[in-house]
Amino acid sequence: MSTINETRPADALRAGDRQADEHASATKPLGGIAGWMDDRLGGAKGVSFLAKKVFPDHWSFMLGEIAMYSMIVCLLTGAFLTFWFVPSATQVVYDGSYVPLQGVTMSDAYRSTLGISFDIRGGLLIRQIHHWAALIFVVAVFVHMARVFFTGAFRKPREINWVFGTILSLLACIEGFAGYSLPDDLLSGTGIRAMNGFIQSAPVIGSYLSYFIFGGAFPGEAIIPRLYSVHVLLIPAILVGLFTAHILLVFLHKHTQFPGPGRTNKNVVGYPLMPVYIAKAGGFFFIVFGVIALISAVVTINPIWAYGPYDPSPITAGSQPDWYMGFADGALRLLPGFLEFETFGFTWSMNIFPGSLILLPLMWTIIGVYPFVEAWVTGDKREHHLLDRPRNAPTRTAIGIAGISMYVVLFLAAGNDLMAIKLHLSINDITQTLRVLFFVAPPVAFWITKRICLSLQRADRQKVLHGRETGTIWRHADGRFEEIHAPLTPEERWVLVQHESLEPLELTAGKDANGVDSPIARKERLRAKFSRFYFRDRVAPATPSELEAAHHEHDDHAAALDGGHEAIEPAAAGQERETVKADKQHG
Amino acid sequence: MNDHETTDHGKSTALVPASSDGHDLLPASLITGVDQFENPGLPPHIHRAADDDPAAAKRAERQVATLFGLSMLATLVFVVSYFAVPDEATFFLPGVGLTKTQNVVLGLSLGFSIFLIGIGAVHWAKTLMSDEEIVEERHEQASTAEQRAKAVAVVSEGVGSTQLPRRPVLKYSLGGALGLFILPLGLQVAGSLGPTNIEELKHTIWDPKDNGGKPIRLMRDPEMTPIRFDEVTSGSVFHVMPETLQKYIDEGKHVLEAKAKAAVILIRLDPDLIKVQKAKDWGVDGVVAYSKICTHVGCAVGLYEQQTHHLLCPCHQSTFDLTEDCAVIFGPAKRALPQLKITVDDAGYLVAPAGFAEPVGPSFWERAR
Amino acid sequence: MNALATRRRHPAAIAVLLLLGLLVTGGAYSFLAPKDANAAASAAAADDVAKGKDLFIANCASCHGVGAQGTKSGPSLVGVGAASVDFQVGTGRMPLAGPNVQAPQNKVKFDDEQIAALAAFVASLGPGPAIPEEKYTTVIEPGTPENNKAIAEGGEIFRVNCAMCHNFAGAGGALTRGKYAPALDGVTPRHMYEAMVSGPQSMPVFNDTNLTPESKQKVISYLKAQENQTNVGGLTLGNLGPVSEGLFAWVFGLGILIGCAVWLGKKAA
Repeated sequence: MSTINETRPADALRAGDRQADEHASATKPLGGIAGWMDDRLGGAKGVSFLAKKVFPDHWSFMLGEIAMYSMIVCLLTGAFLTFWFVPSATQVVYDGSYVPLQGVTMSDAYRSTLGISFDIRGGLLIRQIHHWAALIFVVAVFVHMARVFFTGAFRKPREINWVFGTILSLLACIEGFAGYSLPDDLLSGTGIRAMNGFIQSAPVIGSYLSYFIFGGAFPGEAIIPRLYSVHVLLIPAILVGLFTAHILLVFLHKHTQFPGPGRTNKNVVGYPLMPVYIAKAGGFFFIVFGVIALISAVVTINPIWAYGPYDPSPITAGSQPDWYMGFADGALRLLPGFLEFETFGFTWSMNIFPGSLILLPLMWTIIGVYPFVEAWVTGDKREHHLLDRPRNAPTRTAIGIAGISMYVVLFLAAGNDLMAIKLHLSINDITQTLRVLFFVAPPVAFWITKRICLSLQRADRQKVLHGRETGTIWRHADGRFEEIHAPLTPEERWVLVQHESLEPLELTAGKDANGVDSPIARKERLRAKFSRFYFRDRVAPATPSELEAAHHEHDDHAAALDGGHEAIEPAAAGQERETVKADKQHG
Repeated sequence: MNDHETTDHGKSTALVPASSDGHDLLPASLITGVDQFENPGLPPHIHRAADDDPAAAKRAERQVATLFGLSMLATLVFVVSYFAVPDEATFFLPGVGLTKTQNVVLGLSLGFSIFLIGIGAVHWAKTLMSDEEIVEERHEQASTAEQRAKAVAVVSEGVGSTQLPRRPVLKYSLGGALGLFILPLGLQVAGSLGPTNIEELKHTIWDPKDNGGKPIRLMRDPEMTPIRFDEVTSGSVFHVMPETLQKYIDEGKHVLEAKAKAAVILIRLDPDLIKVQKAKDWGVDGVVAYSKICTHVGCAVGLYEQQTHHLLCPCHQSTFDLTEDCAVIFGPAKRALPQLKITVDDAGYLVAPAGFAEPVGPSFWERAR
Repeated sequence: MNALATRRRHPAAIAVLLLLGLLVTGGAYSFLAPKDANAAASAAAADDVAKGKDLFIANCASCHGVGAQGTKSGPSLVGVGAASVDFQVGTGRMPLAGPNVQAPQNKVKFDDEQIAALAAFVASLGPGPAIPEEKYTTVIEPGTPENNKAIAEGGEIFRVNCAMCHNFAGAGGALTRGKYAPALDGVTPRHMYEAMVSGPQSMPVFNDTNLTPESKQKVISYLKAQENQTNVGGLTLGNLGPVSEGLFAWVFGLGILIGCAVWLGKKAA
C-alpha cells in the first residue's frame, strides 16, 4: 500500500544526470587572448568554477534580476543625462523650443531638463527610460523583498544578505527621491519644500539641519548641486558596492530552491551558469531593458514641461511624490494636527516628525532585524536552503501581510485627493477612514491571513490523505453520486508533506535548585511566549501512517457501503491514475 | 555570535519542544526515523520536442535566428529614423492622440532591437540548450573546526608579533588617533555646509524695516501691480507679494528665498461672517490677508472655497477656516495661518503697516522663542 | 467532458478568466456610462427678457423663487449677471438634477436662444458680469513671438491663480467634503471666462481688476495651447502626476516583466 519511492535516495542521480563537479575533458587547449589573460590573471580556475554554478529555475527568482537590470539601465541612461543636465539653480530666461514657457524665468536645472526633453534628439526617450527604469527598479526591489520574506529565504545563513538588501532598498528610495527633485519643476520643488518642513520639524537641531542642507535659507542655490552629487555620485557608489556584495553572497551561499522531489537542504538542482543561465539571465537583461524602452516610447513620465518651473507661490492640485515615497507622504496626511505641542517655548512637531524623519528609519530597522527576531524565537541554528511555502509558515506570512496592509493604508492615504475626485468621495471621509484602518487593518489582515494559511495546509493534508479531486462524478447503482479522488504520485505528494511544522517551545524548569527564578528563565519565558504566538496554531503535515490509516478507513467504508465513500482505489481507479499521469505528460 | 557554541549550549537550556522527550530544539516530527515521508528523488526527465525531433530543433533554430534578425532590423530603423525623422514631426497614434513621431519611432525601434535579443537568447536556452537539471552539492557555510583553529592561530600570531597585547600604550594611542582622525573631515563638512542664520526663519520681507519704515503695498503675483481696496470685490481672491519683492526681482537675487515666506492670499468676504474680532480689525471691511505658506510643511495653501470660506492645502489637506481667523479645522496642521494686518493708504491702495506678528510657515524648534 | 473543462486547471486559466471579466465589465461600463454632454453654445443674438422670464418661471423659479430673489433651496440671482447664467445653464449645471454637494456638468437642457433669453432676464434684475466680448474669448494661437509670450504669461498666471485647484494640466482636483474643481479640457473659452468672472460654486471670483480681460484671455489661450499640444512623451496617463505613473509601473511594468519571467522559467514544449 505504501507508495513511497524507495528505489532511489533523494540525493541520488538519475541516468543521464551529471554531478556538478564532473569535468568535461578539455578538448582544445587554452590559447590566444584567453591564454594570454590566464597567464597573467590565472582566471581559468575561477571560470570553470563559475561556469558550472547551478541556478534553480523559478519565475520569482527573476524579481531580483529585474531590480538589478533596471538599476543598470538607470546607471547607463543616467550617465547619458549628465552630458546635458546642468545642476544649477541659477535663474535664467528660457528661450528653447517649448512655446508655453518661452520667456519665463527658471533655474538652469529646469532649463536644461527642458532642453533634454525638446532640443536633444532622443533626449526625451533617454529621460523617460531613466525615470521608468527607476520606478520599476524600486517596484522590483520591494517585490523581490516580499518574495524573500514570505519564502523564508532570509534564514541562516542569509541574514547578512537580508540586511544588505534592506539597506539597498532604503538607498533606492533615497536615490529616487534625490533624482525626482533635480529637474526643479513645480512638483519636485514642492517636494523639496515639504522636505524642508520635515527637516525643520526635528527637535532641537531641525532649524540648523535645514540651514546646513540648503546652505542657507530655503530654497537657496545650493540644494540642486548638492542633491546632484548625492544622486550621481554618493548613493550610486554605495548602491553599486553594496549590490556587488549582495550578488557575491548569493554566489557564496548558492541560490535557495523551492521544495520538490529530489531537492534537499544539501543540494541545489537547476541549470548551470554556462550556457543556460548565461543565455537566460543575460537574455533577461535585454528583455528588461527592451520592455522599459518600449514603455518609454509610448507612455509619458513626469512631464516636467507641464508643471512649470519651481516657484514657492504657485502649487498644483494633486502634489504627490513618486510612489515609493508615497507611504511617508500618506503618514503625514493621516497624522492629526493636535500632536504638535510646546514646552518652555520650544515646539515639538509630533504631527510631522514621526511621519517624516522617524518612519523611514523605523520601518527599515524593523525589516532589517526581523530575521534575527525569528531566529531567536524558533531557536533554530540550522542552515536553511529550502524555501518555505508561505502557507507552511502561517505566522510569518500573517506578520508580513499585516505589515503590508499597514504600508498600503499609508500608501493609499497619499492618493486620498485623487481617490476623492475619481471615486466621487469626500476627502475628509477617506482620511478619517484610513486613520481608523491604520490601526484596524493590520490585526484583521493578520488573522485572515493566518486562517487562510492554516486552511490551505489542511487542504494539503486532505489532498495527501484522500487524493486529488478529478472532477469525474460517478453514479452508483443505488443512485448515490460521488466524485472520484485520484491518489497523488509520490512526487506530487512530496511537495505537500516535506515541510517541518514547528511546535511551540515550552519551559520545563524555570527555577534553580533553591526555587528562585533565574534571570535566564525570565528571558526564556518571554521566548516561550513568542514561540507560542508563532507556533500555537499548527497543522502537521500528513505522515505515512496517517495515509495508511486513511486507506484502511476507506476500505472499511467501502466494505460497509458496498462501493466506497471516497473510493480511493476502486477497480477503475488504477486506470484513472494512468490517464491522469498521461495527461500531465502531454501538458 | 557563535552559533556552534550556542547550539551546544542550547541542549542545556530550559527550553524544549512541547512534544519532545529529551531531544534538542527540534520538534519531534523532524527527528529522522520518525513517521515521515521520504523524498522520492528527482522525477524522470521529460524530453522536449526539440530533443527528439530534428525538425522541431530546426524550427527552433530558425525562430531564434529570426528574432536576432528582427533585432538587427530594428537597430537599422533606429539609425535611419534618427536622421530621417524631423524634430517637429507629429502623427496620430491610436489611443495616445497626437504624439511626437521621433520619440515613438526611436523608442519602439530601440526597444525592439534590445527586447528581441533577449527573447531570442531565452528561446534558444529553452529549446536548444540542455535542459537536464544539474545537481550541485551544498556544504555547510561554517569553516571546519581545524580551519577555524588555524585562522585563530594565524591571527593571534600576527597580533602577538605586533606586541600589542604587551604594550597597551600602543593600543590606546592607536585607538585614539584612529578615533579622532575622522573629526577634522566631519567638522569641515558640518561646519561649512551652510550659514546657519536661523533667526532668518522668523523674518519676512513684509517687515516695514525693509521698506525704509514705510507700510508695504500689496502687489499682484506674478504681475507685481499694486491692488486698490475697491478692486477686491466680494468672493475675490488675490495672490499677493510685497512691494519689497521688486527689489529682489530687479537684482535677480534671492527672489525665491524671499517669495518662499512672503506669499500671501487676499480674500474679501462678508465682514459679519468673521467671528474673531482681531481678524476683523486686522482687515479692511472684510478684506483680509493671510500667509499662504502652510503651517504644516510649507506648501502654498491656495485652494479657497468661496462658499464655505475654507482654505485647503493640496499637499496634505490641512483645512483652515477663514471665518475663524484661519484656524485648522481638518488635517495635519496644528496652527492657524498667520494673519497680515492691512490698511488702505491715501492713494486707496492696500498696504501692510506692520508685517507678520509671528513666524510664518512650518514649525521649527525655536519658533515660539 | 469537453476541451474547456479539461483546461480549467491550466495555470493560464485564472489569467484568462480575469481578463475576460475585466473586458466584460469594462465593455459594459463604456456602454452604460453617461456620454459627455456637448456643451457647445454659440453666441446668442436675441435677448427677449419676457421670453426669458417665462422660461425662468417654468424651470428655475421652484428653487430660485418667482422673482429670482432666492429661496431656501436656491440662492438669489439678483446681480449674478448674464455670464453666470450662460455658464451654469450652458454647461448643463443648471437646472440641477438633484441635491448634491456640487452641481456637476451635465447635458445641456436648453438651446442657445433659450439660454440667451434666460441670461437676458437675469441680467435685467441687477447689474452683474455680462457675457464676455468675443475678442477676449478668442484663443491666441501660438506662432508669432508676441503670441508665444502671451501664452507663456498665461501659464504663469494659471499656475499662481488656478493650478492649485484645477491641477497643473487642468485635469481637476479635490476640494473638501466631496467638492471638486472640475477638469478644464473641452471647456469652451467663453465658459472659462464666465467661470472666472462669476465664481460658480466653490470657485472664487476673478474680477477684471484682479485678472484683466487680457490676462484671462492669456490664461484661456495657455490652456488651449496645452490641450492642443502634442503628447510629446506619449500616453499622458490622465496628467495626474506620480500616482498614475506609480500605478502604471506596478501594473504594467512589473506585470509584463513577471510575464516574461514566467515564460523564461517554464519548460519548453
